[in-house]
Amino acid sequence: MLASAAFALDGQFGIHDPSTVTLCDGKYYTYGTGGNPLVSDDGWTWRRGVTPARTGAAPDVIHIGDRFFMYISGVTMISSKTLDPDSHDYKWEDGGSIAGRESPDDFINPIDPGAFLDPTDGRFWLTYGSYVGYIRLVELDPKTGKRLHPNEPPKNIGINLEATDMIYHDGWYYLLGTRGSCCAGAASGYNIRVGRSRKVSGPFLDNVGVDMIEGGGKLLIGSGDRLIGPGHFGLLNLGDTGAQKFSLHWEADLDRGGASVLDIRPLLWIDGWPMAGENMKEGTYEIESVRTGTALELAVEGVPVGGARARGGFGGRGGRGGAGGTNGFAGRGGPGGGGRGLFDGTGAPIPPQDVARVSTNWPAGNIDVRMANYMVQAQQKWIVTAVTNAGGYPGSPYFKITIAGTDRALTATADGELTALPAFTGAPEQLWRLDQLTDGTWRIMPKSNSKEALAISAIGSSSATLEKFNPDSDRQRWLFKKP
Amino acid sequence: MNKSRNILMSALALLVASLWCQEAVAQRGAGGGTTAPATLHAPDSPQKVPDVEGFLPRWLILEPINIGNQQTENASKAAVKVEYFPNQLTVMPHDGDKVTVGSQELTWHAEDTINYNVNLYIFANSLKKNPAGALFWAVTVVNCPQDMPNVRLAIGSNASSVWWVNGQEVVGIYGDRQTVVDDGVSKRLTLKKGPNVVRCAVINGSGATDFCARFLDADDKPITSLTLSVGDIAH
Repeated sequence: MLASAAFALDGQFGIHDPSTVTLCDGKYYTYGTGGNPLVSDDGWTWRRGVTPARTGAAPDVIHIGDRFFMYISGVTMISSKTLDPDSHDYKWEDGGSIAGRESPDDFINPIDPGAFLDPTDGRFWLTYGSYVGYIRLVELDPKTGKRLHPNEPPKNIGINLEATDMIYHDGWYYLLGTRGSCCAGAASGYNIRVGRSRKVSGPFLDNVGVDMIEGGGKLLIGSGDRLIGPGHFGLLNLGDTGAQKFSLHWEADLDRGGASVLDIRPLLWIDGWPMAGENMKEGTYEIESVRTGTALELAVEGVPVGGARARGGFGGRGGRGGAGGTNGFAGRGGPGGGGRGLFDGTGAPIPPQDVARVSTNWPAGNIDVRMANYMVQAQQKWIVTAVTNAGGYPGSPYFKITIAGTDRALTATADGELTALPAFTGAPEQLWRLDQLTDGTWRIMPKSNSKEALAISAIGSSSATLEKFNPDSDRQRWLFKKP
Repeated sequence: MNKSRNILMSALALLVASLWCQEAVAQRGAGGGTTAPATLHAPDSPQKVPDVEGFLPRWLILEPINIGNQQTENASKAAVKVEYFPNQLTVMPHDGDKVTVGSQELTWHAEDTINYNVNLYIFANSLKKNPAGALFWAVTVVNCPQDMPNVRLAIGSNASSVWWVNGQEVVGIYGDRQTVVDDGVSKRLTLKKGPNVVRCAVINGSGATDFCARFLDADDKPITSLTLSVGDIAH
């Protein structure tokens, strides 16, 4: 199922207009148009779930208190104490009509509801609407999920959008919506846009100051790679302040015949604006600490690329030329000096270091992992490879991290340190979760310590360990750079 | 013109360095005793506490053993395995104790540093010893008020260094490098209540040479609730 370097999810994940992926008792749930339900134990491998009591177009789900509220285009609501159909609390109750046409000639298409709980004051809001008329906002009662002021008219906050939702970040309310054409496979022009306001009721302005009620909206994510037409943004509530993720669908996954599929991506925050991040791609990398600027490596003596240089320059130093030179270098390699100067290089490209040759001097057993200045040497180049059938986490599979050209695998030890074993065995200590954090850097966590939330941490310029993840520290932020 | 200026600048630098060393040397006692150079001085109290950043300021330092340039990783690892004198990994010397290494008699000196680091270049030069191509042994005793689990030794050195806590090798850094605070940090270890022996071997190629060391707690904060003493641990 891992058909491309940029991974789509695993299992069965075909869906259209998915609700915000929601966590319930350790499982992830989403529902699409027609009630198409998907469920996952880890956010990576999905399977068909159980259809809820009411189906319709583009539902959204939110967990507040002891209830899960599902809003369905129209807009109506049902709720249940759990999303787990195996629980004795699983029972959908009708919440009735929430919003719709305010009058017979109301110019509105009341579809695509998006539920938002304001973290600053606990107030509960719903956005809805599509290209016919405006995007609207109404306040709901967080206890009942119903309209708090049924007689109060909704507020118009956007236009030329559908599939809206709202999020809050650092003093701003962000209205996200999908623009462009849907439902046309690879011809779908769907893309997700955003504007922001200091108030939940708007106005929502984009990055160039255009109000979303006049068609403004900064691009969050558009088509790319083998995926066309992103839509239906939903921010996952994972309680993870270092990494944020959002769910969406792609109108056409070209690797799956143009089918509409679910996806989960990291959410970045750059200069006060949300941007779509990337899930990890397979490849060869330098893994560099943001804090220290040094890179992970095997604790072995490094060999300069191209070998040690002979004293006095390659092939011996040539004599300096005579005083007739018009610049400081004209005399280099002067009469009788056949060798190259100290800074002249070899005269031919130096190939990358051959790991098979330099690793003959490495210890046969486990090798400690440390950090050092990156010198483009073999013991510093790591290959990140997805591991099949090992599970994953929202948006990604687990990866193994090995020294390029060898089987040496980065491994977490039982006492919370790092080592490199001679071979990859598939044990949880050798399976790595790689999450892009909100600033675009990466967090590296072993599957074996997922309960303690340990992550690779730069505790010294030359030393790394595993420590509980601290979102406020730069110790656990890493760059995956071209080697 | 540039060449003349460069020669003049080099000469001035040499003059300044010479005057500085003369000042450092002048502070030594007339009998070749242990009045320390400007950044180092003989201990003036039975115990010493770390500075506010936790750096360990009191050490017994052996005059340098000349081993040539052994600062690459493999050479440094081999160099510290050579037995230069008996019990070099367990001895707890006193100020003024002597050992014989090859044909040389070398003396242990108790020193307190006024800085975060111990400047071995000044130490060696003040004793008219050669700091280049040298291995320096240093040892101290860290006294803990209670057992301290999950702490780490954090060190920096110019150049290579290998470190032991209570006889166990805990961290090493190698190659031609400058001293950086918390460069090498050990895996988690436990300091026991009472005395704990910290020992290091610093290997210098040429030029400046120094080291710094402190303990970090489980939250990576410097530990300051320690005292340091030298020479009074029971063998």
